Amino acid sequence: MRALHLAIFSALLLTVSCLKKEGPAVNVTGAGGSVTGDEIVIGEVGSMTGGAATFGKSTHDGIMLAVEKINAAGGIKGKKVRIISLDDQGKPEEAAIATTKLITQDKVIAILGEVASSNSLAMAPIAQKNGIPMVTPSSTNPKVTEIGDYVFRVCFIDPFQGSVMAKFAYNSLKLKNVAILRDVKNDYSIGLADFFIETFTKLGGKIVVDQSFSQGDVDFKSQLTSIKGKNPEAIFVPGYYTEVGLIARQAKELGINVPLMGGDGWDSEKLTEIGGEALTGSYFSNHYSPDDMSEGVQKFIADFKAAYNRIPDGLAAMGCDAMLILADAMTRAPELTTVAIRQALADTKAYPAVTGVITINAKRDAEKSAVIIEIKNGKFIFKEKIDP
Amino acid sequence: MTEFIQHLVNGLGLGSMYALIALGYTMVFGILQLINFAHSDVYMLGAFFGYYVSKFFNLSLHPGYGSLSAALICSMVGCAIVGFFIERFAYRPLRKSPRINVLITAVGVSLFLEFGGQLLFGADPKYFAPLLEAGEPIFIGGVQLNRIQLIVLGVSLALMLALQFIIFKTKIGRAMRAVSYSHTNAALMGIPVDFVISFTFMLGSALAGAAGILVALTYPKIDPLMGMMFGLKAFVAAVVGGIGNVTGAVIGALIMGVAESMVIGYLASTYRDALAFAILIIILLFRPAGILGKNVKEKV
Repeated sequence: MRALHLAIFSALLLTVSCLKKEGPAVNVTGAGGSVTGDEIVIGEVGSMTGGAATFGKSTHDGIMLAVEKINAAGGIKGKKVRIISLDDQGKPEEAAIATTKLITQDKVIAILGEVASSNSLAMAPIAQKNGIPMVTPSSTNPKVTEIGDYVFRVCFIDPFQGSVMAKFAYNSLKLKNVAILRDVKNDYSIGLADFFIETFTKLGGKIVVDQSFSQGDVDFKSQLTSIKGKNPEAIFVPGYYTEVGLIARQAKELGINVPLMGGDGWDSEKLTEIGGEALTGSYFSNHYSPDDMSEGVQKFIADFKAAYNRIPDGLAAMGCDAMLILADAMTRAPELTTVAIRQALADTKAYPAVTGVITINAKRDAEKSAVIIEIKNGKFIFKEKIDP
Repeated sequence: MTEFIQHLVNGLGLGSMYALIALGYTMVFGILQLINFAHSDVYMLGAFFGYYVSKFFNLSLHPGYGSLSAALICSMVGCAIVGFFIERFAYRPLRKSPRINVLITAVGVSLFLEFGGQLLFGADPKYFAPLLEAGEPIFIGGVQLNRIQLIVLGVSLALMLALQFIIFKTKIGRAMRAVSYSHTNAALMGIPVDFVISFTFMLGSALAGAAGILVALTYPKIDPLMGMMFGLKAFVAAVVGGIGNVTGAVIGALIMGVAESMVIGYLASTYRDALAFAILIIILLFRPAGILGKNVKEKV
């Protein structure tokens, strides 16, 4: 039943995104709003539970770190920032409900979230319709910001991420034959796989087989057996960490010893907990690496460690950046109305955020570099940095 | 060809896990004519019992048969106790009610365990560190097998035989069969009906507990909703094999596993769940009692 809902919903979304090649897909019909009290209330939607729970938790910690910093410095225009955080269990339908609740009941001035593109795609039309600026920290599917002019992101998009991994596979790893294993219930995974294939075949590589699974599956042996039969030199698995960990483990059990490759959906300490040794020699692209020695990154890591006693992953850094960019826009906006904040967000130029210098382009996406991370004995090792 | 045989082996591995759960469904139905929907959630609890026991005693630091048996026994005992309480407090008060009431209660117990589990254990998946290393894969003519697959298949066949033995060769088994014909007449013959029914539930729940541990051994990700789809498939397997029939449950489960494996291997993974229910519909159309079930005409 849920699968059916999802199918209908994504079909609707597809139609929506096809229709709106010119101009926003969803028109603003709501009145927007402005800050009236002495605090700025911002909504956050994240997957605090479910199969992608570390995404929501990391992002939330990153956001709260930024909020503490902002409030300690006196807030924005003399007003303190308050975050109302709701859990969507990693489900698009819950994300949509949470967004509606934040806008209609809590009267938030802006929304932060989600990590998963499928969830952001469910939230964006609601934010757009109500004229509430929405900033997603790390949804990389291009369709998200195409929903309308109130939807922004502070991360790169999948055409870039896919091409980075394809070039890395072809040029650096010298691979010619790659298999794909994608999550068909996940907009992020489908998009990233398509963009990888596009660049990889253009470079002259060959996709030997394109297999699929669904989020929540635990058995991948049949897919992996088919993949094994085609003898690929690597498998591109643009999924989320829970499934990828299990896939890595089962691939080893079937005697598949080629590297796995993926995107920022792998970024969780749970990945290596589940996958263990089976992931050694695999690669994924990410927003940042804690091994990056730049001053901004190292200061962020030190602050984060002091607050939460662990090394932040990429999603924590993106959560922090999303909040910083939003705060910067609110500071620059002449008044604290949704219209002015939206305009200021769109005007963001060369803002020095944690994960790099961020400029919001005309499509409301951030242009920034990606890093490639190698997994060795359960550790994430910085491999190389690739600029757009 | 090697690929085909590998798909077959994968399918038998998957099927043997469905079989472990299907055995419990089919036994309780066979004795009580009750579809115990909570069974798949007892299986989930089994996995969590194992998880906490292994965490508490650090069993995963010393993987091996000893640790595995310890977790298995703890989880089977834990589940048997849960099974006893479910029967005592949810089903026994409804013993005289129409069957539909008990069925709805079963769904209620199932939801209670699933969402109570989310409250208690948290909704995020847990990683169940393996209690037994898969070890070096065993190659037989290019087809790959590992120790865990063999153990799971072996255990489900052994449990099937043990169940057959208990039901057909022991005194309590005879009592169970007598109760399945008529509660009243069994009671008149001096059979303690309540005890027999409690025993049936505890036995079924212990099987689910064993299944929880063995499935977690293969798929080390456990969460409170893990029983939903897996349990549903196992239930379908029990119906396909002929619900109430122990051998049928294992055969049905192996058919389901192999069919799923083939569909994913040669068609698309998205048909996986649809296939399970397509098989169910076809079986219900052409052999309503299942592959090994006896067609009993109900008198009106």
